Amino acid sequence: MTTSRYDAILIGGGHNGLVAAAYLARAGRKVLVLEKRPVLGGAAVTEEIFPGFKFSVFSYVVSLLRPEIIRDLDLPRHGLQILPLESTVTPLENGDYLGSWADPDENRRELCRHSPRDAEAMSQFGRLMQHMAMAVKPILGMMPPDPTSLAPSDLAGMLKLGNHFRSLGPDRFHALFKLMTMSSADYLDEWYEFDPLKATKSASGIIGTFLGPRSPGSAYVLLHHYMGEIDGAFRAWGFQKGGTGAISEAIAGAARGHGAEIRTDAGVAQVVVRSGRVTGVALENGDEIEAPMVISGLDPRRTLLQLVEEKELPGDVVDAVKRFKFRGSSGKVNLALDGLPDLHCLPGAGPHLKGAISISPSLDYLERAYDDAKYGEFSRHPYMDVVIPSMIDPGMAPPGKHVMSIFVQYAPYNLNGGWNNDRREAFGDAVVNTLARYMPNLKDRILYRQVLTPADIERITGLSEGNIFQGELALHQLFFLRPVPAWAKYRTPIRGYWQCGAGTHPGGGIMGASGHLAARAILGER
Amino acid sequence: MPRVTSRHEPFWASADVGIESFDAIVIGAGINGLVAAAALGRAGRKVLVLERAERIGGQVRVEEFAPGFKAGSWSSDAGWVPPSIIETFNLKLDLVTPDVPLSVRGPAGSLALASDPGRLSETLRPLSRTDADRWPQFATRVHRVAGFLEALYQLPAIDIATTSLRELVALLGVGRRFRSLGREDMTEVLRILPMSIQELLDDWFETSLLKAALGVGGVQDLRQGPRSGGTAFVFLHHLTGAPLGSMRGRGYWRAGPDALVGALDERAKGYGVSIRSQAKVAQILVREDAVAGVMLETGEEIRASVVVSTADPATTLRGMVDPVWLDPEFLRAVGNIKYRGCTAFVLYAMERLPESLGGPDPLDGVVSLTTDLVSLERASDAAKYGAVSDHPHVEYIVPTARWPALAPPGKHVILARVQYAPYALGEGAEWDASASDRLGHVITTALERAHPEFEDRVLYRQVVTPRDLERRDGLTQGALSQGELTLDQILFMRPVPGWARHRMPIAGLYLGGSGTHPGPGIAGGAGWLAARAVLDDR
Amino acid sequence: MLKTTPFHPRTAPLVRAQTWRRWAGYQVASSYEPHPDREYAAVRNGAALFDVSPLHKYMISGPDAERLLDRMVTRDVTKCRVGQVLYTPWCDASGKIIDDGTISRLEEMRFRLTAAEPNLRWLTMNAVGLDVTIEDVSERTAALALQGPLSRAVLEQVSPADLAALRYFRLVETTIRKIPVTISRTGYTGDLGYELWVDATRALDLWDALSDAGAAYGITPAGIWALDLARIEAGLVMLDVDYHSAHHALIEAQKSSPFELGLGWTVPATKPGPYNGRQALRSERESPRAWAFVGLEVSWESFEALHLDRGLPPHLPVIAWRVSQPVYRNGAQVGYASSGCWSPLLKRYIALAHLEASNSDPGTAVTMEVTVEHRRCQARAVVRSLPFFDPERKRA
Repeated sequence: MTTSRYDAILIGGGHNGLVAAAYLARAGRKVLVLEKRPVLGGAAVTEEIFPGFKFSVFSYVVSLLRPEIIRDLDLPRHGLQILPLESTVTPLENGDYLGSWADPDENRRELCRHSPRDAEAMSQFGRLMQHMAMAVKPILGMMPPDPTSLAPSDLAGMLKLGNHFRSLGPDRFHALFKLMTMSSADYLDEWYEFDPLKATKSASGIIGTFLGPRSPGSAYVLLHHYMGEIDGAFRAWGFQKGGTGAISEAIAGAARGHGAEIRTDAGVAQVVVRSGRVTGVALENGDEIEAPMVISGLDPRRTLLQLVEEKELPGDVVDAVKRFKFRGSSGKVNLALDGLPDLHCLPGAGPHLKGAISISPSLDYLERAYDDAKYGEFSRHPYMDVVIPSMIDPGMAPPGKHVMSIFVQYAPYNLNGGWNNDRREAFGDAVVNTLARYMPNLKDRILYRQVLTPADIERITGLSEGNIFQGELALHQLFFLRPVPAWAKYRTPIRGYWQCGAGTHPGGGIMGASGHLAARAILGER
Repeated sequence: MPRVTSRHEPFWASADVGIESFDAIVIGAGINGLVAAAALGRAGRKVLVLERAERIGGQVRVEEFAPGFKAGSWSSDAGWVPPSIIETFNLKLDLVTPDVPLSVRGPAGSLALASDPGRLSETLRPLSRTDADRWPQFATRVHRVAGFLEALYQLPAIDIATTSLRELVALLGVGRRFRSLGREDMTEVLRILPMSIQELLDDWFETSLLKAALGVGGVQDLRQGPRSGGTAFVFLHHLTGAPLGSMRGRGYWRAGPDALVGALDERAKGYGVSIRSQAKVAQILVREDAVAGVMLETGEEIRASVVVSTADPATTLRGMVDPVWLDPEFLRAVGNIKYRGCTAFVLYAMERLPESLGGPDPLDGVVSLTTDLVSLERASDAAKYGAVSDHPHVEYIVPTARWPALAPPGKHVILARVQYAPYALGEGAEWDASASDRLGHVITTALERAHPEFEDRVLYRQVVTPRDLERRDGLTQGALSQGELTLDQILFMRPVPGWARHRMPIAGLYLGGSGTHPGPGIAGGAGWLAARAVLDDR
Repeated sequence: MLKTTPFHPRTAPLVRAQTWRRWAGYQVASSYEPHPDREYAAVRNGAALFDVSPLHKYMISGPDAERLLDRMVTRDVTKCRVGQVLYTPWCDASGKIIDDGTISRLEEMRFRLTAAEPNLRWLTMNAVGLDVTIEDVSERTAALALQGPLSRAVLEQVSPADLAALRYFRLVETTIRKIPVTISRTGYTGDLGYELWVDATRALDLWDALSDAGAAYGITPAGIWALDLARIEAGLVMLDVDYHSAHHALIEAQKSSPFELGLGWTVPATKPGPYNGRQALRSERESPRAWAFVGLEVSWESFEALHLDRGLPPHLPVIAWRVSQPVYRNGAQVGYASSGCWSPLLKRYIALAHLEASNSDPGTAVTMEVTVEHRRCQARAVVRSLPFFDPERKRA
């Protein structure tokens, strides 16, 4: 084999690809990262889409970035700075609101207004979630063993896993089992009685999935709210100063610091495979770059079905990738605002505007939003997670003006009749009109509106079907089944071809764990 | 919920020596109750079975619903009787597997799902070549995976969280059984169980009628629709014990719907078991954290240090036991069991069957009128908000095609099974006479649409809502399952996590109904395991 | 915003150094004067008036009210007569304490339960299947503790009740200057004292009446700092300081049984009815205990010597500390002290400690960690039985 300039080429400058690149470079490998867009970050980018207004265009909050990655790559030195996002307000249909505040006493008092029993349940529920997060954390950080394999490493992994589950004790193991299998609505029903509280909490269980709050499997995602807390690295949820693109830049900075080369505007057309082995990549502009190892940070469909030819893979792997579910279900509306909007239930510019505003007035509301999407329509009255980053990070908008980020669910990728400009604007109208019910002066404040459907997300970022997690976080697509059985340990059937995107274990969110674990697998660390 | 307290003077406080005494009392003379009683009687215990209804049989009771017309079992099949029960009690019952256990009919066409995979393959070929080609492979895989569940269902619920040596041995046994599936099927077991039945079927097939026919099996007695996770498991659960290729159930007893009940009744009595009907237990008496006996609704007290209840967990633990004997956390877990009955029945006494009902195939299978999964999903949507869909899923059997004696000569019975008819109706609505009449009308219309002149042949119609099931059979929320078959309520999670081994926190109290492992449809499975737990303990 | 108690309009102007703290979501005074000494002195020599409104209060009524409480707490509630008050802990199924408080039997079928933590959910869970009504009356009911040797004299000025006849842990429903109140002879100071329960709407009237009538007796509003000193002397445990609720503990080791907290006397050897934790507590009673809750008296000589070694005079905390301090015997850790203070009354440095049972006999010599000028040292100490202070007048 001829010697090439690079030990490894990373396809895709998303955060996982950058994390993998940084770790490989840190271990002394010559690494090249290729990003097709002019900006780095994949779905974690900051762009000035309207003069003077900067948006975290897609992904907009951070909670799960692994603390060891922050430490190992010294990200604060490269610009990581998380600003607190510590409250949530849910406007209710009766004109009242449900607040969730950072101070436990204030929070309890607020909840007491609605349900004293729930206020009490809150602390015990929080304790349980903390235990669950502790129970899940080692699993997220491990190379997923295959229970069907008799290979020593898999058996050892299964033994480790079995011991871990036994060490939890029956109560916690059973609670974890419930969390993995139940719907978020049912899980919360066991604890709470106040419907808007259940709705707001369960909303975090449906984000990025094609599930309703009453769909089994949605409870697991609830945990994500609590995962950040146990590490004490930073608060549960926060904004990156300068938008999520600045996180990507921080990781890229760390990678470059270790000697990685990063190119933008360099889309990869194909991974070159000869005799079952990777030899490099061909760029969209026709250039070829050689390397003995290629790592794709793209989702499994693009990694295994589009960048390489089907014939290079065993038939069962092709079948398995084909049935891997993406089903993008979320959209995003970004607004540039002339001034702050008023909440009908809490007028004025209070501290609540520095937190999230959750449009989740009841479980039935969310469930009906899901019903619309099930049958191929966007939700007429969608669930929305609204934040105004310029309230916390004034640099995002000109003085006195604001940017508003609205995460919207549901907007199915497979819309009846397909997405087009009219449908996109109709979706944008549904979002703004629904939100205006809670923010009467919102429409008067809008200077610019960007509407992103799953089709747009796919077109811009490349994420298949616009799924923000590179594939649904459903139980049958997790752990040793992510992305496909027998190939969950970052390798692919093609020698020298690896995968490190969120479509691999553990996946999802700005976590970086997939990229980190992939780098460890490549470097031969267990 | 009836209020149970022990403030009255119990028998141990009085000097009354005339109280009857047994080694064990079994509550409920359904199949689980009879199996438990027979197993205990066989071991030499003095056993009393108490049944609240006039007749034994539980959900399998041959009762007249119109003059000369009888209903049999609510279930469209005989259930799976685990081999150890058949062997132990030397049950020699003839099981009939219909040639066509399941068919779909509707305006969009019809499809007969013959149990012979080759034959069904040929039926499918004009509709879809790929489906036809895949069918035998699918049938085999489903059969193998269901076979793995059968292994799990014959053991007390395994639980990784427990560590005793005996436990590990059982785990190893299951592990061996698991490995014997081979790598591909092993992966499939783990992958399929949490999936939705729709996802599973979409992975395999393209014919809508076929998917509709199969999909219904995934939501049987469940409030969820076919797009909900875990419904693939439900589909497989109901195929345990089914012959290869049968996609709905395990057949029926040739001798009559209550053939198994009769045989078990006879065995139990042969072992000296006493069975009393019209004996409703009001309270399980507890003394010093241990069972002391039961008190009937009449106030009569009967002494026993073991009580095996086959009533559902809520009825038993939150209805029959003075709550002060139970840990509040345990009571909370019991209170959190999801029942959510959503199945209703409409019984028709027929003068004659409509002509269109006949056909080339015999009428002894299940006929489903749902021809696509979207309408099944839509029917479930209504239930989420406490409403009955205007277009519910309807399937029916013709019991008289199996057992002509259920109706006068030449006349027939049709039993329609309806989903979703949620127990709890929203917005203050109740299951009153008009609501159940409305439901009856909707079903009659659906049947009339499928079979013109249906309505003209009807002599009598009876609607049985989940409320009626609760009243009639004491099933909490009318749930035939005694607790929804969702992934969080099976195996070591059934009836509540940590208490899946039939022993309850009060010494001498056991649960042996289908609300416990292995659940509904496994005829006698829970009663058998409960009796084994009793015999292991004392 | 934190909540304020019904007495806040009266207490707020008195808090001279703005020494506030949080208690159960309320803003309450740590002390009114900049220094708590006089407030403490009033507890032991005069009459101190504490605002204890943040306590959680529940009204339990109905035919099964007695059964609910009896199945929940360790003590035998069936023996509690109308007009009687019980102090009791309550446990989970493993016999670990969830909380502690008092039960007042106001009528045959009506009780008031006080608790340090919110317990509505737990009460509701315990009430499954019982015919009982549970009301959270925490905000509706204001509470004052009037504690100290002169407390009775003050009350006698304003109430028609026969307080001399009101025995320890008994209550009377009466009036104070025509304001309906319940007076119970209870408290958290280990001294003669009363707790007064009043409708929140009459709280200010009650405060004024007592201030007025008490003026001649030197009645002194007192804050949490003074209360803390008094309760340590009295050997009374405090939730979240000396123990953690089984409902909040993250690990088993953070939980305590009544026996391990010196509350074995609240677990009756024979109680006819079942209650949470009964089986666990029964077997614990039979088996040797792992932990004991005891008093420690830190040797003044040793404490002083450690300071003199560094060229310093002994430095004592003015208020009680609530940070865990390791306790050693023969060089090995045998437990920890959970709160401690200089007792102004006994003129001794005292602490409450959890010790391994085998090292907990009164008189056992141990050492407790103290920090002198940034250095950790071992001060000699001796195990004492609790309480440190138990005056006749408390019960007389």
